[in-house]
Amino acid sequence: MTDLLPTIWFILIGVLWTGYLFLEGFDLGVGMLMKLFARNDTQRRVLLNTVGPVWDGNEVWLVTAVGATFAAFPLWYASLLSALYLPLVMVLLGLIFRAVGFEYRGKARSGASRNRWDWAIALGSFTAAFGIGAALALTTTGLPLNANGDRVGGPWAWFNGYAMLGGAAVVLFCVIHATGFLVLKTGGPIRERALALFVRLLPAAVLPLLVWAAVVQARGDDAWTLAMLAVAAAAAVASWLTARRGCDGVSFAAMGLFLTAAMACVFGSAYPVVLPSTLDEAFNLTVGNASSSPYTLGLMSVIAAFGVPLVLAYQGWTYWVFRKRVTEKSIPPAHSVSAL
Amino acid sequence: MEALEIARWQFGITTVYHFLMVPLTIGLGLLVATMQTLWFRTGREHYLRMTKFWGKLFLINFIMGVATGLVQEFQFGLAWSEYSRFVGDVFGAPLAMEALLAFFVESTFLGLWIFGWKQLPRLIHLCCLWAAVLASVFSAYFIIVANSWMQHPVGAELVDGRARMVDAWAVFTNNTALVAFTHTIFGALAVAGAFLLGIGWYHLWKRRADGIDRTTTSGKVIAGGGKAIRGRTDHRVWLRSAQIGAVVALISFAGTALTGDLQAKLMFEQQPMKMAAAEAACHDGTGFSILSVGDLSADNRDSQNCDDIVAVIEIPGMLSFMANGTFDTEIKGVNTLVPEYQEKYGTTIPDDPVYGERAGTQVDYVPVMEVTYWGFRIMIGFGALAAFAAFVALWFLRKGTVPRSRWVMRLAVLGILAPFGANSAGWIFTEMGRQPFVVAPNPDPSGIDGVFMFTAAAVSPGVSVGELIFSLVALTVVYAVLLVVEVRLLVRYVRGGVASAMPELTEGSKNDGDDDGVSRGKDDGDVLAFAY
Ligand code: HDD
Ligand code: HEM
Ligand code: HEM
Repeated sequence: MTDLLPTIWFILIGVLWTGYLFLEGFDLGVGMLMKLFARNDTQRRVLLNTVGPVWDGNEVWLVTAVGATFAAFPLWYASLLSALYLPLVMVLLGLIFRAVGFEYRGKARSGASRNRWDWAIALGSFTAAFGIGAALALTTTGLPLNANGDRVGGPWAWFNGYAMLGGAAVVLFCVIHATGFLVLKTGGPIRERALALFVRLLPAAVLPLLVWAAVVQARGDDAWTLAMLAVAAAAAVASWLTARRGCDGVSFAAMGLFLTAAMACVFGSAYPVVLPSTLDEAFNLTVGNASSSPYTLGLMSVIAAFGVPLVLAYQGWTYWVFRKRVTEKSIPPAHSVSAL
Repeated sequence: MEALEIARWQFGITTVYHFLMVPLTIGLGLLVATMQTLWFRTGREHYLRMTKFWGKLFLINFIMGVATGLVQEFQFGLAWSEYSRFVGDVFGAPLAMEALLAFFVESTFLGLWIFGWKQLPRLIHLCCLWAAVLASVFSAYFIIVANSWMQHPVGAELVDGRARMVDAWAVFTNNTALVAFTHTIFGALAVAGAFLLGIGWYHLWKRRADGIDRTTTSGKVIAGGGKAIRGRTDHRVWLRSAQIGAVVALISFAGTALTGDLQAKLMFEQQPMKMAAAEAACHDGTGFSILSVGDLSADNRDSQNCDDIVAVIEIPGMLSFMANGTFDTEIKGVNTLVPEYQEKYGTTIPDDPVYGERAGTQVDYVPVMEVTYWGFRIMIGFGALAAFAAFVALWFLRKGTVPRSRWVMRLAVLGILAPFGANSAGWIFTEMGRQPFVVAPNPDPSGIDGVFMFTAAAVSPGVSVGELIFSLVALTVVYAVLLVVEVRLLVRYVRGGVASAMPELTEGSKNDGDDDGVSRGKDDGDVLAFAY
């Protein structure tokens, strides 16, 4: 019973991460596709404008997930972030370049500098997605932490196969999710190509996330998390089948279900440990020993009960306002100040 | 260098940098929303042009605030994990609330505003901007609550060596936070005011230099250009902007002075050492020093050198007035305070492994006086300078234009930097004046025992010097490059004037550029009103 509030907050943080990956997932993916997929400047601008009004709002899911972790589990926040110092600094640099690239690329005067911003967006998105994936994987598989929760073994002690697996899982998920998003949000030749890519790529793209979920699942022995894993796999298949039939919306929703189920499996299997120590189980951070006081958690619960539905409502409204498909025809001619 | 020093440099650099963008976002946001409201109410063309032009500059700056703010959110965990563990129960709450209640609103509604010029009805579109702007004011409140708790911890107790929140109301109504918040908002408006004034002045000057505006013999302006893009409406855009800027700059200086006075009174009670250091006051006294000479440097802060500091120009009684509202209460100097601090908080750093090699060494309770003394004066001085300039500018602007002098124009543009300087100096003073504590002790008799933390104990124990150097260098270089990019972009859009923010004025659809409102003509189907 004493663990009720921390458990609720653990679930909420899982929800925040899932929301983050679902929403920012496609704009990170769209960022990565800027260089790989779009063929000319108009196509790049189509891509950019599918996420233009919403990407900043999506990014706040990350800020909130991190902020909520600080408020509800300060020890988790402190240990995870300081242990993953280098990769997280890279994530931050990636996010900085990406954000600035979004805003400034269209204001570039020469093709060369626009090209530099495109690379900034693509590589920034990739780095951020990879680093966040690595961090999420490691918080479920463990880091070499001492009794105080500090990392031992130097700056690279976090570097292992799980970090790579998590990084690959999130990067590939973002790419496939963004492709599905483009199918939903664009029209004309871009949409056709996105659809072809989606169908071809999906089987490989969902694999690492399923593997990561299976690895964490295998460490516990809950039946419901195993069921979640099955749901995730089924949702991926459904997304693939419906996409081939041209049901864009259903396919996109199925991709969302895939992510949600996989995350439920990952977080559900990890519970009650929030950050395992690979040195000694006694040093594990758990929902019980890493959380804030019941007073703070209670206060934050009231705020969240009021704030989260509100956020969902007005963000949902934004997507509705900008529900129109973006095509190459909707892009106005480039306007550069240098023309003056 | 040690990890602690690097981490402090990194925090200082990234935060001061973030706070270059923040006041412009807050201040300019409020002004742009006001402009759009005026357009909505009156339908006058020049208000629309002002909204679009200043809105463009606002967005260029905003994005940098977002990018650098992200770093802030992670930094406490990255480099200050011991600090995060100690304060998390109290400090995390306002941070999480800021994200959930303010940043979401801000980013979502700003997206709606940027891209929604056509999609949304006019009133709703206006409300979106207000929602975003008020949310950024709100976000300032939350973060200042967090910061003020480090200056003056309230509503908490010490449990198992960690601070624990017991009274949220006390935390969120901390008197330190309430005055610091109003002070900061006025500081932000001061930045925006000088920004409008300087740029408006430049364009009025340029119109004269380009021969568009002339003056009559009595000095009254005749705005030329007819209905062209740089016609009479354009003149009104810059004149109104400069005037609004000057008025805002004056009011906000008065606001910072009044709230700053309240802050000083609280500081005497809550952090007496900071105030003494701000005055470089070694001995008890009542005078406010305008200029002190002597060696303020860090190495010479022991008491005999402290005696070398001589106040050359002093306003008698002023310091006492700032602290108490009376002219003759003696204010404690450094020499009196050090023994008091030593008695209360110990003479040496505790023998605790978190302090590493510092454990057991002497605590230095006096902040770096050069920084506090000059930081305090630069803040006030730059603010006063900007206010004086705004006053003079209003007088010049009364006839509708500005002098032909290129040098005066350059001064007006340069003046934009003064409030930025005042803001940075204010923070550097506040934060460094708090040293050696990262969480300063609350000295009230009813204050909380044991809830304070030395900065030396706050840094992440597991993080290596190499990692810190890498991030310090990487962030500083990236920030420096981006600053150049941002300033160049701002300059380019400022030079381009209104047309740079309103392509519709130059392309096709002829708008007769006068006061008959804007024809929001039928849009051709699918083309986006705004696109990246
Ligand atoms: C344009 C900006 C600006 C201007 C003109 C002023 N300030 Fe200020 N000041 C700030 C911008 C600022 C700031 C950056 O916003 C600070 C840093 C922390 C804070 O709360 O506000 C600050 C802090 C700050 C503090 C420290 C509070 C603390 O450490 O607890 C004091 C005592 C004052 N101010 C007092 C003044 C006075 C008496 C002014 C008289 C004219 C003044 N300030 C003008
Ligand atoms: C945005 C305005 C702020 C500015 C310009 C600012 C500036 C600074 C500076 C210059 C330092 C270095 C002090 C030194 O090395 O002696 C510092 C330290 C620090 N500040 Fe602030 N600060 C700001 C706001 C905040 C806020 C809002 C918080 C907390 C919520 C905060 C927390 C800290 C911490 C944890 C340190 C590191 C410990 C230290 O060196 O004192 N600061 N800040
Ligand atoms: C060191 C403590 C600070 C942290 C952790 C922090 C965190 C952040 C974050 C994460 C963002 C980006 C939000 C987004 O993605 O939209 C941001 C932007 C912002 N911050 Fe800070 N901040 C700090 C200091 C301050 C201070 C002292 C103020 C105000 C007095 C402030 C006011 C703002 C405002 C108004 C914005 C929104 C405008 C913009 O994005 O430029 N911040 N901050």
